[in-house]
Parts: sequence; C-alpha cells; structure tokens
Amino acid sequence: MKKIVLGLVLIVLIGFYVFSLLIPKEKEESKLTLLKEKYEKKTPINVDHSKFEILKKKFNSPQEVTEACESCHNMTAHQIMNSNHWNWERAEYIKGKGIVYLGKANAINNFCIGTKGNELSCAKCHIGYGMDSTRKVFADSTNIDCLVCHDKTETYAKAQEKGGAPASGLDYNKIAQSVGKPKRTNCGVCHFYGGGGNNVKHGDLEMSMFEPARDVDIHMDAEGADLQCVDCHTTKQHVISGKLYSLSSMNLNRNNCEQCHGETPHQSSILNEHTYKVACQTCHIPIYAKVNATKMYWDWSTAGKLNNGQPYELDDSMGNHIYLSIKGNFVWKKNVKPDYIWFDGTASHYLEGDVINDTTHPLVLNQLHGSYNDPEAKIIPVKIHIAKQPYDPINRILIQPKLYSTEKGEGAFWKDFNWVTASEVGMKDAGLPFSGKVSFIKTEMYWPVNHMVSAKEKSVQCIECHTRNNSRLAKLKDFYMPGRDYSTFVDTAGTWLIVLTFFGILAHGALRIFSSKKIKKV
Amino acid sequence: MNKKQVYIYKAFERFWHWMQAILIFFLAFTGFEIHGSFSFLGYSDAVRYHNIAAYMFMILIVFAIFWHFSTGEWRQYVPTFKNIKSQLNYYIFGIFRNAPHPTKKTVLSKLNPLQKLTYFGLKILVIPLSLTSGLLYMFYRYPTRYGVDSINISTLKYIAIFHTIAAILLVVFIITHLYLITTGKTITSNLRAMLTGYEELEEYGAEENKPSDLARGDMIDKKESLIS
Repeated sequence: MKKIVLGLVLIVLIGFYVFSLLIPKEKEESKLTLLKEKYEKKTPINVDHSKFEILKKKFNSPQEVTEACESCHNMTAHQIMNSNHWNWERAEYIKGKGIVYLGKANAINNFCIGTKGNELSCAKCHIGYGMDSTRKVFADSTNIDCLVCHDKTETYAKAQEKGGAPASGLDYNKIAQSVGKPKRTNCGVCHFYGGGGNNVKHGDLEMSMFEPARDVDIHMDAEGADLQCVDCHTTKQHVISGKLYSLSSMNLNRNNCEQCHGETPHQSSILNEHTYKVACQTCHIPIYAKVNATKMYWDWSTAGKLNNGQPYELDDSMGNHIYLSIKGNFVWKKNVKPDYIWFDGTASHYLEGDVINDTTHPLVLNQLHGSYNDPEAKIIPVKIHIAKQPYDPINRILIQPKLYSTEKGEGAFWKDFNWVTASEVGMKDAGLPFSGKVSFIKTEMYWPVNHMVSAKEKSVQCIECHTRNNSRLAKLKDFYMPGRDYSTFVDTAGTWLIVLTFFGILAHGALRIFSSKKIKKV
Repeated sequence: MNKKQVYIYKAFERFWHWMQAILIFFLAFTGFEIHGSFSFLGYSDAVRYHNIAAYMFMILIVFAIFWHFSTGEWRQYVPTFKNIKSQLNYYIFGIFRNAPHPTKKTVLSKLNPLQKLTYFGLKILVIPLSLTSGLLYMFYRYPTRYGVDSINISTLKYIAIFHTIAAILLVVFIITHLYLITTGKTITSNLRAMLTGYEELEEYGAEENKPSDLARGDMIDKKESLIS
C-alpha cells in the first residue's frame, strides 16, 4: 500500500518536472539569426557608373543629367512617371467616396495645410525639377530628379523655394558617377523634414535616423544591422512598398514587421497570441521622438502677430519654435508615449471641399478605421497631431490658404499676414468657394508610428497595459483586458462576501473563547 | 466509550490535500495579481507561474479523481440532508455550550453533512467552473489560430468574470475552512489528523461501521494491487 502511494507521489513529481522542462526558455531565435546573417552580407556592386563616358561630359543643367541617365535606363522614366513620388497622388478607394486620386497634390493636412498654390516652396521635396502651380513639370521626363534619390556622395541638395530645382554649384559629374541604391540619407532629406522642419510630422522619422544609435532604432542602428530604408521598403520598378495613412486609405502595398519576422516570432505562446490583436509596433515602440522633439500641436489662429511690423519667432529651451508669426503657436514633445487605436488598414480622408457637419468635435482629417470586433484590426501606436486651422464658417469647409510667394502683395500669408486675402487667393487656386469669412477649427491627424523600434529588453512591459491605473490602452474600451478590466458587481460583491466571512468567523471564534471561559468558571 | 488513534487520512489523501492547498493558495495569489488587485511578482511572472500552477493543479486533479474512484472514497462526498439541521444547530448553538459533535467521525464517514455538501459543491461546481473558465482563458484564441473562426470566442469578458467568481468562492471557502479546522475535538486535532493521518476517534464509530480501519486498509491494499 505504502509503496503504491509513494509510487504515485513519485509519478506526480516526475510529471511536474517533465512539465517544467516543457516550459519555453529564452533562446536566440533561429529566425532572427537568419535575418542577421542576411543583412550582414552587403550586396556587391554590379555597375561602376564612374566608368561611363556619358557621365563624364559637361552638364549645363540638371535635365541634361537626367537625359544621360535615361540614355541607358530607357524604361525607367515610364515607371517614375506612374509613381506617387512623382505624381504626388495615387488612386485610393475610400468607403463612401469611391475612387479618388489622393496625395500631396490635393490633400489637406493640419501642418502647412496643403501644397496647392505653394508649390515653389513645397516642391523642394518633389522628385522633379521646377514644379509650379501650373504643374507642367509632369509632362517632361527630363524633369525627373534621379539624383536626389540615387546620389551617393551626399553632396546633392535641392534649392530652397525653387520648385525642386537643385542648389547651385553642384558637381554633377561626381554626383552622377556615384549613383547607386538609395541610402537613409537620400530618403531622409525629405522624409525626416516633412512639415517644414526636422521631425515636424512623423515623430518617428527625423535626422537622428541618418546615423541612429541602437537605442533609437534597433534595425537602422548605424553600428549594428544598419538597415537602410529600402531594405524593408522593397521596391519594384520604382514602386516603393509601404505608405503612410496620412495620405493612404487602402489596405494594400503595406510594409510590416511580419514580412521578415513572421506572424508569431515570440518564444512565449501568450505573446504570440497577442499578435492576433496587437501590432508589433505597439509593444516594440514604447516611445517615439527619442532624440529630437516632434510637433504635437499647431495653432494657426495666433499666426500673423508682428513685432514693429516684422514677423518674429520664439524658441523653447530645446531650440524648437514655439511661435512663428508666419505659422502660429506650437507645442513640441520629446520621448512621447504613443496613443493607441484599432486599425484595420483602411482610412477615410477629409478631401478638399468636403462640408463639415459636426463642428462640436475635432475634425479628424484621416480617420483610421477599426475596432476590437473587426477581425482585420489590430492595436497600433499613433501620434495624434492636433491643430487649429483656418476654416470657412459659412461654406463649412477647410481653407487652403496661399502661404508662400516670393513677393508681397500677392496675397500670400507669409508675406502679407492677412488671412482673408490669403484664403481668397488660396481657395481660388484650389478651385474652391470662399465666403470671405475665416475662422479656426480644431482638427486631428493620426500618424501611425512604425519606426524607432526599441531593443526587445526595452519593449513595453505587460503591466504597462494590464493595469487599472494609467494603462497605455486606457482609451480602448471596447474589449475586456485582464488586469485592467473587471466586473464592478462581481468584485464588489466578492469583496463584501470575503469581508463578511472574515468577520463572521472572527465573531464566531470570539464567542467560542468567551463561552468556553464561562463554562470553565461554572 | 473508548478512544483510539485511528488512521483516517491515507498518505495520498494527505498529499493531495496539501498539494491542493498550496496550489490553490498560489493560484489565488498570482490570480488576483493578474486580476489587478495588487502587484507583487510582476505581471508577466504572475501569468507564467499561474499557468504552471494551473497545469500542476490539473495533473493533481486527474490523480485525485483516479484515487477517489479506485478506492471508493468518492462515496464520502455524496451529499446527505440527514442531520444537516443538527450540524447547523451545533455550529450556531451547541459549540458554545460545549455540546458534543452531532455527527460521529468514522473512517467510512469522515465528513459531517455540511462538509459533504460543501465539498460536493466544490467538486461539482466551483472547481469545474474554475477549471473550464481557466482552460477557456488559456485557449480561447486557438480556433482562430487554426483558421476555425466559427467556434472562436470573440471576447474574454465572460470567461474572465466567471473565473473571478470561482476564485472568490474558493477564497471564501478557504477562510471558512481554515477557521472550521479549529472546531475539532481540540483546536489542533483536525490539523494534526491531516498532517499525520491519525485522529483520536471514539471506538464506537470504528466498530459501528464494521470493517475495522485495519481490515479496511488491507482491503484497499488488495484492491489496489489488483488494479496495478
């Protein structure tokens, strides 16, 4: 009998031990090792452009360089001229609106509002030469700016306010002979400075990413994997994968972490289960704007104040503008915890001329769709940029003001500081009605945060979401999350039951002691 | 009436009982941390240890079920309403007057009617509720993983709430249980019995129920050797 019992006990103990062996242990993921190997190999150069005679000739204009490129790459212009980098728009399907052509060419944002009428300034970041409001530039393939993306000397630069023309004094021979696969510097000169300054728009893409430290971005770590933008944003025929929902609306051609890491990259099955509903970025980008601050709030309504008739600026201690006469007040933040939303890969957009019916809530310019019950949706981190921007209260539409011009008196706000004339000229350029009244409306834009991925040790910890106080996901209330949520009824009733039981036994015990003493006395 | 030291709790029974006690304590402790009631181990460790303990608990339950059926001990837990009133009366009145226990404890009938009812309720309601809700908690996403969306459970809410209810009931049980073990012959006699297996019982009981504990022990030995 005893032997059998002991045997049973032994079996149970062995069972526990075997089970404990089955519990996953921290291991170097083999997949990660493969990825590391893959990106350690540098691709060999197949072509040495410095040997080509045509690139040694004297170039009198940037267009001549493009012609030289096209003399060999004779199918490339077609690809470029169909790309959204060139057209500044692409066909998007928006639910309820159908197919629209949407992009920088016509979108209204809540930073510098829009490009229409402001091309000479905005097109510094266009991959072409000489865009203006007529936009004739698009017809001629020699206006393609090959160099801004392919220069590897890091000396190529575009001129300010020349519609995308290059700066003067460039050594075109040297630059043209250096061309190759774009590096972070090529993409960064535009994408890090969107909105008119470093890190204004994205928050997770800014100049520290030229040579980021490991803490800033684990993938692009200049001393580590040193990934370039195009390693993830893979490109076929000049169509670059990945896009941002400030301008996109369809769940197509997206870039994601899964393309390298797979859908269930963790050792722990509980973490892998999170990937049904939680995007990788949510845990792996605990903060953004890690090095330099990003703009969180832009108040256009205070713009136009002058000091002795002159525009002025005020800076904060970090050197960020907090007031500019031409743009108004700003709030900047560094090391920002993202906001979190459900996102299924589709978005709707405020399009120019859309009538605003609800002015009691902030107008969302790019509404990202999704909810817990949407099987496609996952929780993603976003930067929410809030602005107060000009709005026509009679026609109930957002105003596209004319901001930039070279001369005073053309109505540009940045020269004349008059909202009414700037709106009148701007709306005329945009082909929209204007009532003559300008007021300001609060708007929001949602910018998904995808970069500045931290090392796994620094990723968001369980307790940061699974907690009753200050959960990172406190605003997402449409689902039950352990640690954060509970049934108030069950918890209250349960607490009372436990407390009453406790006092019940205390009373019972006290009575027993009391009565036993009494009995002894008797 | 003669009194005699009787071997009332077998080795496995005691092992099962104490293992279960430790596991339920640990599960409650880690579980309420996961519930957000306090923080001590850290969330991820609490979850990890809670799951390990849950698997250990399930293994223990499998062994306990086997033991109960193979030894016939399950009959101890068949609830009866006989004497339930006198047992209640004892706890409410008799105990204060030093009245004798209304139910005689014997090897074949170790539990008083209130215990029978309570343990029966635990075995048939609370533990299964805790177990099923716990298993669903762990695996509710699995149908989706394997592409079977039709039986996927879309929300954790009710699973979690029922799991919490079971946990609260167990906590209430433990508090009461811990107190009631002091209501034996002496304050520690019940506790000592569960530790050593022996308890001083009135011989009357042992004889009344015919096979003496010794004879009964032999019988079980035979039965078990047959099984094995």
